[in-house]
Amino acid sequence: MTGRSDPASRRGEDLRYWLAAQRGPLIAAGLFAAMFALFVTEHPAGLSASVVNTAANKGVLLALVAIAQTFPVVTGGLDLSVGSVFVLANCLASAVVAGTSLQVGLGVAGVLACGVSCGALNGVVVVFGRLQPIIATLATGAIYGGVALWLRPTPGGAIDEDFADLLTGSAGELVPVSLLVLAAAVLVIWVPYRRSAVGRAAYAIGSSEQAAYMSGVPVARAKFVAYLLAGLFAAIAGLLLTCLTDSGEANAVLGGSYTLSSVAAVVVGGTSLYGGSGGAIGTLFGAFVLRTIGDLLFVFDIDALSQPLFLGVVLLVSVSLGSFRLLRVTRRLELYR
Amino acid sequence: MTPMTPLLRLEGISKRYGGVRALDGARLACGRGRIHAVLGENGAGKSTLIKVIAGVVAPDAGTLELGGRPLPFAGPAAARRAGIASVFQELSLVPDLSVADNLCITDPPTRCGLIDRRAQRRIAEQALARVGAEDIHPLAPVRELALSRRQMVEIAKALVRDPEVLLLDEATSALTAADVASVFGVLRRLRDRGMAIVFISHRMNEIAELADDCSVFRNGRHVATFPAGSRPSGDIIEMMIGRDYSSVFPPRARPVPGEPPALKVTKLSWEGRLRDLDFEIRPGEVVGLGGLDGQGQRELLLALFGALRGVRGAVAVNGVEVALSSPRSTRLPGGGIALVPEDRKTEGLMLAMSVRDNLSFAAIDQLSRFGVIDRAAERAAIDAMIEQLRIRADGIDGPVAALSGGNQQKVVIGKWLMTRPQIILLNDPTRGIDVGTKQEIYQLLRALAAERAAVVFYSTDYAELIGCCDRVLVLYDGAIVRVLEGDAITEHDLVAGAHNLEVAAAEPPA
Repeated sequence: MTGRSDPASRRGEDLRYWLAAQRGPLIAAGLFAAMFALFVTEHPAGLSASVVNTAANKGVLLALVAIAQTFPVVTGGLDLSVGSVFVLANCLASAVVAGTSLQVGLGVAGVLACGVSCGALNGVVVVFGRLQPIIATLATGAIYGGVALWLRPTPGGAIDEDFADLLTGSAGELVPVSLLVLAAAVLVIWVPYRRSAVGRAAYAIGSSEQAAYMSGVPVARAKFVAYLLAGLFAAIAGLLLTCLTDSGEANAVLGGSYTLSSVAAVVVGGTSLYGGSGGAIGTLFGAFVLRTIGDLLFVFDIDALSQPLFLGVVLLVSVSLGSFRLLRVTRRLELYR
Repeated sequence: MTPMTPLLRLEGISKRYGGVRALDGARLACGRGRIHAVLGENGAGKSTLIKVIAGVVAPDAGTLELGGRPLPFAGPAAARRAGIASVFQELSLVPDLSVADNLCITDPPTRCGLIDRRAQRRIAEQALARVGAEDIHPLAPVRELALSRRQMVEIAKALVRDPEVLLLDEATSALTAADVASVFGVLRRLRDRGMAIVFISHRMNEIAELADDCSVFRNGRHVATFPAGSRPSGDIIEMMIGRDYSSVFPPRARPVPGEPPALKVTKLSWEGRLRDLDFEIRPGEVVGLGGLDGQGQRELLLALFGALRGVRGAVAVNGVEVALSSPRSTRLPGGGIALVPEDRKTEGLMLAMSVRDNLSFAAIDQLSRFGVIDRAAERAAIDAMIEQLRIRADGIDGPVAALSGGNQQKVVIGKWLMTRPQIILLNDPTRGIDVGTKQEIYQLLRALAAERAAVVFYSTDYAELIGCCDRVLVLYDGAIVRVLEGDAITEHDLVAGAHNLEVAAAEPPA
């Protein structure tokens, strides 16, 4: 009765399942490729290093914050403090990343440690305080924003120039360094995380926390690590922002807009807000898609006042794609779960 | 260790949930190389016992020994490390992960700190092959598998780590006959290699085929342990019943014969879980749904209420065909279909809102004119209902969450009574409720029937079916296997029907 299949068709099936699992990132990547191609053909300067560099720098900032958001979302949570950590890291970096190369190195480490601490605090509150992530991180986010304001009551400060030039330039006049930073962060942190036991646990929790617990999965540890890594990625983004602006500003509006855009990028990248699926690769393309929408509206000369409207419509369409699964539900009560 | 020492031994295990005693000094012993069946009615404490062994439920009292050494109750992960694996009634698979991921979820193979996918794939293929489920692809997401395939994965998962003790709680309930044969073959091989297997099944033929020993539980207590096949099934049923009746039931009314049915159900089917159900209920009749838990009773109620999608068949209320497209569509002029749901806290009540608000929700259309709620009419209707239900008056304007379980259930029932339904469906309405309130609910049922409503009543408590119902439809595997009427509703027949045994099988086998 078993459909024992020959090796060739097994490999075909392997590919099919792999493709099904990567559908979200692939769609987001395809969407981005199409939009970016349209963007460079319409752009008056065409495909030049400076056009690519500017686009990359803007995209990478959101991509990093959105990847930060991906960690908690995979566990079925949400981190509303990523924008605040991003801004706090910016303020801190504008004060401590200066001096000799050793001091710069220590400053960078301090900024990243600050992000990790913020993330760890979120993790502690969510895991041990048993608070809903959305409200816990709303509160901690306000605290981080407050600390940022205390560090930088008025915009100012600076960052080591050589360091800033290094991170915002183009390697070999072609590839933006910020893109390399993003790739390195994904390769060094996300990829091993995705393949580690704790990363697997995060997906299990997001998919069914009860089943995960019953299977002996380390639920508390996996959630804690997810929030901690969210803080780390937000801090990397804050550091990069300081390099781009060469100053620090406790800009609550900027933080809030990054937080909301990060959620949008996560969803566009194929990660379900219910948790348990998706990942940083999709999110990365999701972030670039969002940024490219803005750029496209610009090159097509769409009135600046109607840009938010277009952005909203595109977002709504992409998010709706996720609800097709509800058409298959046979027990109506499950629609409300 | 002498061969006589059981591998697994539980003594004096007690567990209470609120006021309900699930286990009361229960004990169990299972030796190496034995398959031990745990039998008992719904609510006898079998599942709780299994959960205690698996570390999912921490008991209030009692000890567990594994291989002669006491094992602390330290959670499922600790039990698993000690060599106890379990397959539960509620599936413990993570739907978004692949089969291979699920099989290795407890202890994934790693290389340099990362999960070794190749090794995982190999383990998964071996595990699936071991239970004879090579047709399942290791990379398939569990979400996409049919229930019977999931259950095979679940069994394979329990065996991945070569446990010493294997617990199976209704682990074969969704399997096809071919799967059952294959799983039984695996279980026998494992037993012969020295594994201790404890399993719960409601299929008596499976028990007869597989078990070496049987233990019967009743009301959370251990009744008897004996070698399988040493007692006739009639005796076993007696052991499972023997319960004290503490509830008093109101007298039955005699429904007028020959009246047209209030509810007529024809060929109702859903997803293979309900199979061609045909029945009629006259006005003023209380009809019980019997059988073991999970044989389609809850699905039947949800289907009649319009909460399931893809239901086939016809349902007519007083001769008028009803479209079962949503709980709103089953509200009819002159009173529709009401459901008192399984879980009053999530499906029946808005816990944070007041008793008043909860009572008027379902009837708000009838209490409104042009979409504006008639406050005076609402108040009068609610007051009348509170009077009828005898809900303690001091909590009416407070949140429902503050009421006792019994009073909460009365609010759920009252909510639907305010719509004056013609058909009332109740899903185990007295579970976890004190005896006094139970009686009030029985009387309420009778009062409703006297007002010519048709009542469909699912209960996991056989005594209630016997005491309350004019007729009982016994379900087995989604089909009605027996209809008991009037004085023919006896515990013996209910239990026999629930296990789909012929009454003759209760006689000692030749």
